[in-house]
Amino acid sequence: MIFDLRFAIEILPRLIEGALLTVLVTVLAFVVAAFGGVVILMVRRSGTIVAPIVGFLAEFIRSTPLLVQILFLYLALPQYGIVLDPLEVGVIGIGLHYSCYLAEVYRAGLEAVPRGQFDAATALSFGRIETYRRIVTPQVFQTVFPVLGNFLIYMYKDSPLLSVIAFAELMFIANEIGTATFRYLEPVTLAGVLFLVMGAATASLLRFAEVRIGRRWVRG
Amino acid sequence: MDAVIEARNVLIGGFWVNIQLFAASSLLMLIVSFVAGLARLSGSRTVRGVAAVYVNLFRGTSLVVQLFWLYYALPMLGIRLEAFPAAVIGLGLCFGAYASEVVRAGLLAVGSGQREAALALNMTRTQIFARVLMPQAIVVMLPGYTNLFILLLQATAAASLITLQELTFRAGSLNAVTFNTAPIFLTVLVAYFLFAQAVARSLRELERRLAFWRWPRARTA
Repeated sequence: MIFDLRFAIEILPRLIEGALLTVLVTVLAFVVAAFGGVVILMVRRSGTIVAPIVGFLAEFIRSTPLLVQILFLYLALPQYGIVLDPLEVGVIGIGLHYSCYLAEVYRAGLEAVPRGQFDAATALSFGRIETYRRIVTPQVFQTVFPVLGNFLIYMYKDSPLLSVIAFAELMFIANEIGTATFRYLEPVTLAGVLFLVMGAATASLLRFAEVRIGRRWVRG
Repeated sequence: MDAVIEARNVLIGGFWVNIQLFAASSLLMLIVSFVAGLARLSGSRTVRGVAAVYVNLFRGTSLVVQLFWLYYALPMLGIRLEAFPAAVIGLGLCFGAYASEVVRAGLLAVGSGQREAALALNMTRTQIFARVLMPQAIVVMLPGYTNLFILLLQATAAASLITLQELTFRAGSLNAVTFNTAPIFLTVLVAYFLFAQAVARSLRELERRLAFWRWPRARTA
């Protein structure tokens, strides 16, 4: 019973189909997380009474397992009339979990901007919005972008947790093939290989994007 | 909430499995990360290469894939593991790969002058490593390890996917019987949260106490 190449080639199309769903849910969740992180950071810095509440919630979400959060969204919410399909649970669950991490990343990026930059912007009579748009954000972007890329890759690797709610991503398909044929070696190994491919492709895409977007934004 | 109180022993038993799993895989992570981290700085190209393959393989694929591979695929190669040892090995090797980067970065962060000064003082290689490099590197590594310990703790929940009857797995079974969904999973979330807080606080306390090893002595506790 060693690796059966014929069987592996036979199941590859189904696994790639699953991998496409993995990419879909991850990219959508990343968009939610990228914007959610900004919202969380803004609320936390707003100085209103909701700031500490959101702060605690973010800390809570960050230090509890994503898997349990996914189960909660999928199993508990319908009892309160909110029914989400597995894709929605994936996008919201993974997106929300990581937005709490990204809020911290943005905060660190913001704190890394030297005070003098704000002072200089004020001296040049830049408005608040102008200061953030033209002076602060490009600098935050430069420090934050590589970290954002790493988180995107982390999110890929967390997406198989969605197999627990029967979302037909890569790992769910691999497991399904395994259960049906009693051969786990090929599907699970191929799933691993596909993760390596997705990770490498994302990493090189990000390196490309970092140069292109970075250049444009800094020029303003 | 009644179902949670009634079944508290089942849940506490599950949580105890998480604690054991966390302890065992933390230990494996520490050992593996030091071996791999040092191997990546080794003088031998082969050793460096093997370590790099291990680190990239485990960082590049998902923890869930690794757990499935150990538990479902490995028996086809003749090695049968129970769920608990499979989870310990999977978590330990996966997080060991991440942590080896922390070890590597920590050792590289110690200035080369330190090593040269120790050599000039005629210290042996072991002495240089144990008394000069390591104490300074550990202080640099600790925050990285703190993060990984917290992530590892959360990842113990994923062991439920390979049928280990830990807290999340038992919560799922309990839910299937009682449909007391929100209280069950909220209890589980709070349990993980408190556990994570306890681990984070003790590690930050350790960081504070070891801060005097930092050179130059920028911060004193």
